Amino acid sequence: MKAFLRDRKVRDIFWQVMATIALIAVVVFFVKNASDNMVKAGIASGFNFLWRDSGIEVPFNLTGYKPSDTIWALLWTGIVNTILVSVASIFLATVIGFTVGMMRLSHNWLLSTLAAVYIEFVRNIPLLFFVLFWYFGVLAALPTPKESFDFLGVVFLNRRGLSIPTPNDVSGFHLALLAILVLVAVQIGLARWARARQARTGQDFPVWIVGFVLVPEFVALFMALSTYTAGFIAEVVRGGIQSVRQGQIDAARALGLTQGRIVRLVVIPQAMPVIIPPITSQYLNLIKNSSFGAAIAYPEIVAVFMGSALVATGQAIEIIAITLGIYLTIGLAVSVFMNWYNARHKLVTR
Amino acid sequence: MKTAAPPLPGWLAVLRQRLFATWLDTVVSLLCLYVVWRISVPLVQWLLIEANWNGASREDCTSSGACWVFIRARFAQFMYGQYPVPERWRVDLLGLLVLFAGLALSWRRLPRRKALAIAAVLVLPVFGIWLLYGGFGLKIVETREWGGLMLTLFLAIYAGLIAVPLGILLALGRRSRLPLIRFASVVFIEFWRGVPIITVIFLASLLLPLIMPTGFNVDRLARAVIGLAFVIAAYMAEAVRGGLQALPEGQTEAAQALGLGYWRITRMIVLPQALRISLPAMTNEFISLFKSTTLVLIVSIFDLLGIAQAALADPAWVGMNMEAYVFAGAIYWFACFGLSLWSRSQEKRLQVAHGR
Repeated sequence: MKAFLRDRKVRDIFWQVMATIALIAVVVFFVKNASDNMVKAGIASGFNFLWRDSGIEVPFNLTGYKPSDTIWALLWTGIVNTILVSVASIFLATVIGFTVGMMRLSHNWLLSTLAAVYIEFVRNIPLLFFVLFWYFGVLAALPTPKESFDFLGVVFLNRRGLSIPTPNDVSGFHLALLAILVLVAVQIGLARWARARQARTGQDFPVWIVGFVLVPEFVALFMALSTYTAGFIAEVVRGGIQSVRQGQIDAARALGLTQGRIVRLVVIPQAMPVIIPPITSQYLNLIKNSSFGAAIAYPEIVAVFMGSALVATGQAIEIIAITLGIYLTIGLAVSVFMNWYNARHKLVTR
Repeated sequence: MKTAAPPLPGWLAVLRQRLFATWLDTVVSLLCLYVVWRISVPLVQWLLIEANWNGASREDCTSSGACWVFIRARFAQFMYGQYPVPERWRVDLLGLLVLFAGLALSWRRLPRRKALAIAAVLVLPVFGIWLLYGGFGLKIVETREWGGLMLTLFLAIYAGLIAVPLGILLALGRRSRLPLIRFASVVFIEFWRGVPIITVIFLASLLLPLIMPTGFNVDRLARAVIGLAFVIAAYMAEAVRGGLQALPEGQTEAAQALGLGYWRITRMIVLPQALRISLPAMTNEFISLFKSTTLVLIVSIFDLLGIAQAALADPAWVGMNMEAYVFAGAIYWFACFGLSLWSRSQEKRLQVAHGR
């Protein structure tokens, strides 16, 4: 009997069973309390509320959503807005992050100090501070619509945001979104074609990037997210580039490559495998941080669904579950994509 | 290389080599200087030279710079929120106690340092809640009256006090031999790491009252602390796991050969070494916790940033946005930057200790 009790396998099973029972007991306790409390408060459960009319106004949407639409449509609008601000900010954050990361490594003392100041400034202040600062500090200080800065009389910058002309009806938003998507697609296509051509003929082809943006909440959140995350990306880039051995750079210089080509053809390709995993988690952080839009009423998932829709329906548990589910799914999708990209990248370089 | 110019005196040579080595370098340096000049001159003008320091109301701010009168008038609120004035000595006393304990314990030759540290960690938090909240002879101050920097520090320290032990347990669970424990830890860690902190604070403030027995009220502030603690515990767990993984397997094996059991190995061999390795990473998680405390603004708890934001709504002080943000931002920056410097010095010490 004693030998039986001392057997490691038996004890392992015993502790696991105990832990499982304790966990289940805690969960049952909470669920029972919740259902009791909900019965007392007269809250119905289930997901039928998603098909009810929402009656909630969303000032900025790309989906053509109206207050007479369902809560499901409201949620979808929130998801699209979250994705929009995340994609735009990831793009700008990457550009700034790479630039500042490279500047940080410059042998020019002034340039690298400027980059260091930027990084230390951005990383040690809460993101919410930047969001509020851009929204209430910077955009509120911009001129009123009547005295806005205008560019060629077509594009206007004032405290209502950055306006770019669109056709009169709401479907203009669709056009804008479509234009962005087409530009991104063209961009990707061009880059691929240029790479293939270079592999075939050895000739370079310049690849250009174009894009544009709208609305004050969006601008504030977009600027805050991209400048903040850029500070973290810059550190990641610096670490990645420093991991490339000096011998590689010396060898490239011995071959007579220019400084720009050494960076582009020798340093970056080898730094990428080191950079990609941590940069992925920065991208994920950025997507999660887009929820800070709730603080300035940018209509993303948390603001419209966990905020407005929850107040309107009172169905806390379902709404929280759906919201968390969405973020977990986005996170999973991004990390699956990045793992795939990473694996491909490794195959190409080795 | 051109013919060598006559050697310049020390600092000029350094300046030339670092800033003006080639014509491109010169252009870049001049451009940088221009940027620095364009930013710093108006900034210093606004912050210091043209700023208004003395007075009592908005009317005293006559020059074009910052109106620090606003911060002076509101200073107590930025520190204590709505905490009743005659009771504020309690906050000061607790702050002094924590500061004293921290300083005393960081002195390496303090006799019985370990025992005193354990005592401080066990006794001070309970004593602190009593001092701040009251009861047992002290006047009760409801948590909705707390605010400002004091609340920020409270949130960070108490959430941290829960998060560190929980994170260590989760990290151990994730590396456990037992598959079920491992699975539960992984699910817990990945779940909290996968969702935005803002949603967790919402979740804590909405769900905690719902899942407790009827009539059992969880304080609003306590909900925020618990929500923050869970998320940070998940991140802490990953930081600790890094330390656990860095530890050579031989340490555990040698301890097993001596006949020690799991908890003794963990307590006496594994954790002391692993925690020392993961201390910098844990400090970084604490910094991000400190920054995340600002999110309680969402559930109308007014920490430092929240008080600054609320002060902007005061009709007597319209348009003080920049002053409020700069003041609050500076406090966050100094706190976080100080912590990260400390974390870096720990990292250096560690590298020296490992002879690298």
